[in-house]
Amino acid sequence: MSGNNSRTIRRARAGTTEAPWVRYTLIAIALAFMLLFLVLPLAAVFAEALRKGFGAYLEGLREPDAWSAIKLTLITALIAVPLNLVFGVAAAWCIAKYEFKGKAFLTTLVDLPFSVSPVVAGLIYVLMFGAQGWFGPWLQAHDIKIIFAVPGIVLATVFVTFPFIARELIPLMQAQGNDEEQAAIVLGATGWQTFWYVTLPNIKWGLLYGVILCNARAMGEFGAVSVVSGHIRGQTNTIPLHVEILYNEYQSVAAFAAASLLALLALVTLVIKTIAEHRNEQALKAAAELPPERPAPAGV
Amino acid sequence: MTAATSVAARGAVSAPAQAGRRAPKRVLPGFGLTLGYTLFYLSIIVLIPLSALIFKTFTLTWEQFWAAISAPRVMASYRLTFGASFLAALVNLVFGLLIAWVLVRYKFPGKKLVDALVDLPFALPTAVAGISLTALLASNGWIGQILEPLGIQLAFKPAGIVIALIFIGLPFVVRTVQPVLEDAEKELEEAATCLGATRLQTFTKVILPSITPALLTGFAMAFARAVGEYGSVIFIAGNMPMVSEITPLIIIGKLEQYDYAGATAVAVVMLVISFILLLVINALQAWQRRHAGAPA
Repeated sequence: MSGNNSRTIRRARAGTTEAPWVRYTLIAIALAFMLLFLVLPLAAVFAEALRKGFGAYLEGLREPDAWSAIKLTLITALIAVPLNLVFGVAAAWCIAKYEFKGKAFLTTLVDLPFSVSPVVAGLIYVLMFGAQGWFGPWLQAHDIKIIFAVPGIVLATVFVTFPFIARELIPLMQAQGNDEEQAAIVLGATGWQTFWYVTLPNIKWGLLYGVILCNARAMGEFGAVSVVSGHIRGQTNTIPLHVEILYNEYQSVAAFAAASLLALLALVTLVIKTIAEHRNEQALKAAAELPPERPAPAGV
Repeated sequence: MTAATSVAARGAVSAPAQAGRRAPKRVLPGFGLTLGYTLFYLSIIVLIPLSALIFKTFTLTWEQFWAAISAPRVMASYRLTFGASFLAALVNLVFGLLIAWVLVRYKFPGKKLVDALVDLPFALPTAVAGISLTALLASNGWIGQILEPLGIQLAFKPAGIVIALIFIGLPFVVRTVQPVLEDAEKELEEAATCLGATRLQTFTKVILPSITPALLTGFAMAFARAVGEYGSVIFIAGNMPMVSEITPLIIIGKLEQYDYAGATAVAVVMLVISFILLLVINALQAWQRRHAGAPA
């Protein structure tokens, strides 16, 4: 009887995994696919950048145009990320903490910029602020340049990175629920105190995760920025646009040198993201393992 | 503002009747502020600029609009964009599932690293991916020089577009399927085996149905992303009219010729398609949640 039982258990266990050769084949195919499609492109960036030695690599980065592209990219991210950070927290607060009519629709609208083609994202700002756009004549009369200037680049970047932080925070804050905040309020904390001392510590890793992804996209955006930038060298070129110009001029080493900066940024992003994700999971697990403050009423 | 929220907060606790006309039952303050700010920011960044696109379209007559969006060169670009995106999403469906499976079910050295690497396409700017894939597949590149003697050329051909779109879309499938596989109950598989199912039967009859919603969501997301993709594709595509010119590039081309109305017409077509895809994705996600929430 017991022997029969243990045999059944063993068979059931065996039934949830595959024969070793199947396992190794699947692992090998998955790794080969990732090597081909992810590792090789990444390695190629650095290989091409260093093709003519380290000196040529540095030479490519030392150009004044490269330097101004780096500066513009940093400025853009420094404006776009905080703007979307404030929005992300506000949107997550009202979507995750309350029930109201049209909430699902609002969530869809927040996600909308993700599914709009970057080129269309750039185009809509040209239609608003371009010479023939809605505000074009007015802007021209007041000598304000948005399109083919820095403000347009920032706006297009804000659009394409719009949902990143909100999207990370909404499911996280929904999972954490309102109990802790309600307790703080009942104990007399103000809304801001509750946010700073209760909510923020709970969401900080998710927040970091969203910020880092938002930043990577803000610094690397190409399509939307390319439409509104006008490609003025030394003035309205971000690093990705600088890469494109150099590449089209067959300055391969310089193009890949600039690209390698963005690839390094991507690697740093992945490292921070992995850490933040890990911490976030731990925080969620810790929250789940806490004993319930109030015993649930029987029958629930 | 602080004063206002704290008053509302105290009101909510001590005298619910005074907690504000809008939401007598809400204990947490800040609903009006955050919802108001969300709607304001959403409007100025997304909704008003998008409406500019719609209004610009109304300056065209129906005939002009139809002519702009159905010109042979534009039609060819739709076929290419959707065909390549579909193929790429299909490849990602298969290999994304495989990678998610391997990451969830098996142990192997370097697994953490592989897991982190899956997100590379999210983090690597598309233009960098574009020039790097082109360098790999060009006739003197690492992969190109192996393929060229075999008579296979991928760079500057529609096939190159598919490769770039595979790169862009891979994480979508992996990251939607992975959590569902992690949550899948092994008991069901054990039960299937005890009842005499082979491993393959268990996979197709037990595991696959439970991850189908997630799989389709990932597929739709990868497809939606691929349809709008620009940066990684233009370097590798060759951009020949009628052959390897994607729809976003058509918009750029019209803009460069100051044909704003024509660019807008094609952009509206793309926008409508993104809307539809977004709704499909939302419906799939709702299905997935029902699936996950349903009693086993």
